[in-house]
Amino acid sequence: MGVLDAVKFDAEGYMVDPHEWTPEIAQAIAESLGITLTDRHWVVINFARKEFETNGEAPTLRRITKMTDVGTKELYELFPGGAAKVAAKISGLGKPTGCI
Amino acid sequence: MAEKNNRKLCIIASKGSLDMAYPPLILANAACMSGIEAHIFFTFWGLDIITKKKMGKLHVATVGNPNMHPWFHIPTLIGALPGMSALASWMMRREIAKLDFPPIPEFVEMVADAGTRLYGCKMSMDMMKLTKADLVEPAEVLGAMEFLEISEGAQTLFI
Repeated sequence: MGVLDAVKFDAEGYMVDPHEWTPEIAQAIAESLGITLTDRHWVVINFARKEFETNGEAPTLRRITKMTDVGTKELYELFPGGAAKVAAKISGLGKPTGCI
Repeated sequence: MAEKNNRKLCIIASKGSLDMAYPPLILANAACMSGIEAHIFFTFWGLDIITKKKMGKLHVATVGNPNMHPWFHIPTLIGALPGMSALASWMMRREIAKLDFPPIPEFVEMVADAGTRLYGCKMSMDMMKLTKADLVEPAEVLGAMEFLEISEGAQTLFI
């Protein structure tokens, strides 16, 4: 049985309950999206999780690039196919709503 | 779970005032964030947005601009006074910064880093005596016909 079998996702592939998230789940979601997580991915994921736990919402991409040492170009390279959506999926957070 | 996104957004940015410079950048950035390919064609006054010497000094017009929000609505006669446009521009920059949107030069760099392709309209550049060296990196120079080729099958917006 895979790690993701017990996890509930919505129709677009975002985790329904962000509190169920574990690093193993992140790893499995990333794999299903064709992404191999590196230390640089974890800088973003850990920051997003920390922000979520503190503020109750996912950080915007602009906040990620301002508050970590990951720049815009690198962020898009790490999470190809729409950095905001892909990073939110792997971090187990809901669909991003920020405009920036 | 992985899905391929085939959507494409092409924006024609034709205005160079501070208030009209943000919409194309915000939309192109949103497109990149959600995995949609984005292109912006800067034409006529829109060229100021990617012109090195002008991009940091865009202003809000206080005369003949019917789009002024009530909180800084300025009657036309008052708006014609010296310094009023600078004041309105300062107010708008302050409000935009509060929302964590970057100033125009940084925003242009951000959308380019996010993968948006930027083009200066060749005809407008000839008219304004601009060359590629006057445009911000990594903007390219493009003719209208070439832009139409790029925008084939895309969602196209004229701003």
